[in-house]
Amino acid sequence: MTMIPFLFAPWRPAVSYFGSLRTIARTAVLAISFAIPIAAPAKAAEQYFPLQSYRVGPYAAGGTGFFGGFIDYLNLVNIRDGGVNGVKLTWDECETQYEVERGVECYERQKSHPAIAAWNPLSVGIAYAMIDRIAQDKTPLITINHGRTDSTDGRVFPYVFPLLLNPYSETSGIINYIAGKEGGLDKLRGKKIVVLYHGSPYGKETIPIYELLAQKYGFTVSQIEVPHPGNEQQAQWLTIRREKPDFVVLRGWGVMNPVALKTAQKTGFPVDHIVGNVWSNSEEDVIPAGSAAKGYVAITTQASGAEYPVLQEIIKTVYGAGKGNLDDKKRIGSVYHNLGIVNGILNVEAIRIAQEKFGHRTLTGDEVRWGFEHLRLDEVRVAALGAKGLFHSINVTWDNHEGDGRVTFQQWDGAKWKVVSDWISPDWALLRPIIEKSAAAYAAEHGITPRTAADAETASR
Amino acid sequence: MLDFDYSFLAEVLVGGLLSGVMYSLVAIGFVLIYKTSGVLNFAQGAMLLFAALTFVSLVERGAPFALALLITFAIMVALGMAIERVVLRPLVNKPPITLFMATLGLSYVIEGAAQLAWGTQVHGLDLGIDDTPFEVAGILISKFDLFAAAVAATMVAFLTAFFRYTRIGLAFRAVADDQFAAFAVGLKLPRIWATVWAAAGAVALVAGLLWGARLGVQFSLSLVVLKALPVLVLGGFDSILGAIVAGLLIGATEKLAEVYIGPFFGGGIESWFAYLVALAFLLVRPAGLFGQKIVERA
Repeated sequence: MTMIPFLFAPWRPAVSYFGSLRTIARTAVLAISFAIPIAAPAKAAEQYFPLQSYRVGPYAAGGTGFFGGFIDYLNLVNIRDGGVNGVKLTWDECETQYEVERGVECYERQKSHPAIAAWNPLSVGIAYAMIDRIAQDKTPLITINHGRTDSTDGRVFPYVFPLLLNPYSETSGIINYIAGKEGGLDKLRGKKIVVLYHGSPYGKETIPIYELLAQKYGFTVSQIEVPHPGNEQQAQWLTIRREKPDFVVLRGWGVMNPVALKTAQKTGFPVDHIVGNVWSNSEEDVIPAGSAAKGYVAITTQASGAEYPVLQEIIKTVYGAGKGNLDDKKRIGSVYHNLGIVNGILNVEAIRIAQEKFGHRTLTGDEVRWGFEHLRLDEVRVAALGAKGLFHSINVTWDNHEGDGRVTFQQWDGAKWKVVSDWISPDWALLRPIIEKSAAAYAAEHGITPRTAADAETASR
Repeated sequence: MLDFDYSFLAEVLVGGLLSGVMYSLVAIGFVLIYKTSGVLNFAQGAMLLFAALTFVSLVERGAPFALALLITFAIMVALGMAIERVVLRPLVNKPPITLFMATLGLSYVIEGAAQLAWGTQVHGLDLGIDDTPFEVAGILISKFDLFAAAVAATMVAFLTAFFRYTRIGLAFRAVADDQFAAFAVGLKLPRIWATVWAAAGAVALVAGLLWGARLGVQFSLSLVVLKALPVLVLGGFDSILGAIVAGLLIGATEKLAEVYIGPFFGGGIESWFAYLVALAFLLVRPAGLFGQKIVERA
């Protein structure tokens, strides 16, 4: 005897239920009966993703791309493979508009759904608000390319995974790239770098690391804040013009990015000496800037473009079946879409790895956490997944939740991004003690006893 | 003080003044509505977004520039009139806070409708005016900023002439002075309000295109109202000249503050500094620089 799952989950799109009067009548009959326990056929095994997406509001362009790519990949696995070892992937979307309170509201609504694999809110604010909650639920929280840097330390943050790139690694990667342009790390001595950052906790997160790297390599750094949302930057760029830096690092978000590029042009700063961070690297950041963005370089963990086999499969299998998630097909292969696809690959592979240990069945959140902590995709495996060149590799362990992701740099040619560097490694050895110190402080503040490797090997069912 | 860089000071000042012109463009839309109906139209930013998004979407669908402009103009006029007819006319004689809340709600409806109709993608907007700088006495000046200043000057000249020399303009002024007296002498208030809302729609189109060319056409366009609010407080809610002068003052003050005072506070002060100036001014002169001082008998 099972209960029919509640029918009117408020986050489900109502359109699909209420197509016609007949549907309404049928729905009404079902609604009357839904509280009555009845015999139902055994449900196929499923693994569920609660998606706190944002498809309207100021950041909808990023949200539609990322969640579109994520859903496209989940659909590919379902259509092509019938799920992960027969376990169907399911999901629901709940609109957050990128607002923290709505994100938490979505969490409260969606958390009661059985078989949750992992949370993927793609929002620093929402992720921060969920850290304590998901630790209690024992369900992974994925913050690909963003989130708390110290959550890299899996001893203190067992359920948080800033996969591929945390903010400190991004900083190191950018400095290593600039060093490469100048002829080596020793050539940074005496150079001047300005960091133009978004006036928010996200923007300020890397301030101490730029200071640290400036001391280590002998360059001077000047960090200038742009107040949110960043739609006016005349004063900041005039200050930059006066300082005459060798490079400007753009640590922006949303409208701040095109305005920075346009104001740089207006104040005569060369665009090819501006290096964007990972949230300043999308088409949405450069297209509004028009010709001012031509030559701009930005860091990324995943290449853009649709030439990769996994993208081709998605186009053929998912979009061919009319199940593609992007309304505008021209966005297939864009930065956010590809980030969503890579995020899909990492989530699905974590489930697959965990299934090999715990069985080909629906897993608990804690079992999926174990899967993430053994997410080792070398270049061979990445190629087998059809993603060679799309991203490099990942090597997550129980205490390193970032997974040593490599970065590359892309340059906007006025129409598309072109990769202009090899895959670059951040200076993990330098950053790790700082991360551990910060995580230890968090643990002390919150009364957390750090896990051991043995603790991490067990997973509750 | 020997080392003080005066040419840099001049550059910051000129840049601030030109930025201020862009704020004034948004503020004028508020003034038009407030002047004639006493409503602080919080939906002006959403109207600006709607105008720019409609225009750029039409252009991207193959409409020639002039045709897209004409169609968008017609849509904005229709939108302005529809707002007056459907939302505000039924609320006539209600307290100002009710009308303000209605426009606040309206801003969300328009933002949602704009995204529903035209999608959520970010668009570039090229008006054919280069945003590259040229140098005058060591100071860089943007061609686009000068173009925006010229547009603002033309708009102010046009509106001033309209209010002073046309029959309907005089009717606007009569309504602005005293709605009840204007009604008593036979002026048709609903028609005047509809016309002024249509005019505000047209102003939103101009401001939307200029801001859209600067920021890209995206949701954040609706946030430019936040730049206009201190301008309105400083200049007075019912003075077009006030909107221009206050825009220049706010633009210059916030840029100078950011560059010269900002470093003492860790930077990023310009957004709240503009409000600080407006607030301080409010305490001294509540009606703003050019706002009408209302004297009421007890």
